[in-house]
Amino acid sequence: MQAQSEYGYNSKIEGDVVLTTVDAALAWFRKNSVWPMPMGLACCAIELMAAGASRFDISRFGSEVMRFSPRQSDCMIVAGTVTYKMASCLKRIYDQMAEPKWVIAMGACASTGGMYRSYAVLQGVDKIVPVDVYIGGCPPRPEAVLDALMKIQEKIGRQPVLRETVAAKMLHLDKS
Amino acid sequence: MSALESANKIKAKFGDLISEPQEFRGEISIQVSDAERIFDICSFAKKQLGFDYLVDISSVDNYGEDPRWTVIYHLRGVASGRELRLKTDVSEEKSELPSVLPVWRTANWHEREIYDMMGIRFSGHPDLRRILMWEGYSYFPLRKDFPLAGKPTDLPGVAFTNPAPLEGGPFVTIPSSGDATGREPRVRTPEE
Repeated sequence: MQAQSEYGYNSKIEGDVVLTTVDAALAWFRKNSVWPMPMGLACCAIELMAAGASRFDISRFGSEVMRFSPRQSDCMIVAGTVTYKMASCLKRIYDQMAEPKWVIAMGACASTGGMYRSYAVLQGVDKIVPVDVYIGGCPPRPEAVLDALMKIQEKIGRQPVLRETVAAKMLHLDKS
Repeated sequence: MSALESANKIKAKFGDLISEPQEFRGEISIQVSDAERIFDICSFAKKQLGFDYLVDISSVDNYGEDPRWTVIYHLRGVASGRELRLKTDVSEEKSELPSVLPVWRTANWHEREIYDMMGIRFSGHPDLRRILMWEGYSYFPLRKDFPLAGKPTDLPGVAFTNPAPLEGGPFVTIPSSGDATGREPRVRTPEE
């Protein structure tokens, strides 16, 4: 009987070795574990909860780790009506999130103010934070949330992880 | 004892201060002519007539009329199921009436809300701060002379507001048997 190999990789079971760049691999890791900051402000939050529960199961996209601490989250999902009173809190939470960070404006209210054309409601969360994906609907179906998440993943997959930093560092070295 | 009998008892006790009870769809309202006495009347209604629950306090802006404000107290006796409505007028110059917080503690937040939205003050209230808008917001947004779209304000570190784009609105829904397009709220001129 043949001796077992010392290392744990079995190409018969696990297939051939895949070669990639470090940058692409890091982007792939990153886009498949987007930890959301659930900024649930109104009824959209109920649909966001549904997206996280068993029927729609946001964990299929690596985003089941809803973090209620901005320090540990990557993507703020603004789910609901943003009043002016809440706007400063929302901005502060966004500022506390570590880079890199993304924002999904979920539903009509977060995107544009929705039906609340009034003195109390911020007319779109993009007035205070940069939004990557907007979701229409009042409220959007959980499928729409998952679709937005997939769009965010595409975007993250395209964004360089190391290349940019290395280039920036070299630029910095040139200057100094 | 019915609500009407309760209203008559209040009238018997306070006399000319109280109007004849008005009935509308089985609900009884009485008008109190002097807002300064509202505390005494509420106190009597609770202690002698069993109105132990203050359902709500609401306020009306009769813009362009004098007196400008109407403050309305919705009373209920939990055991008896009786309901009674007290109305009283407050002039714009005064814009103040006694707090009924010592009678019903729930009046605390109702009065704060009226102060926040209408700017009517309640004397004797221990904590008359805004409840919905933030401290330092300079308007009373449910007054009729406050625009629906709001006004620009900025309180650094707290909050800012900008007028909402109304695009010729406000949007009005009119009764229609038509399809969803006909029923949906649209910008309409008064003639329509």
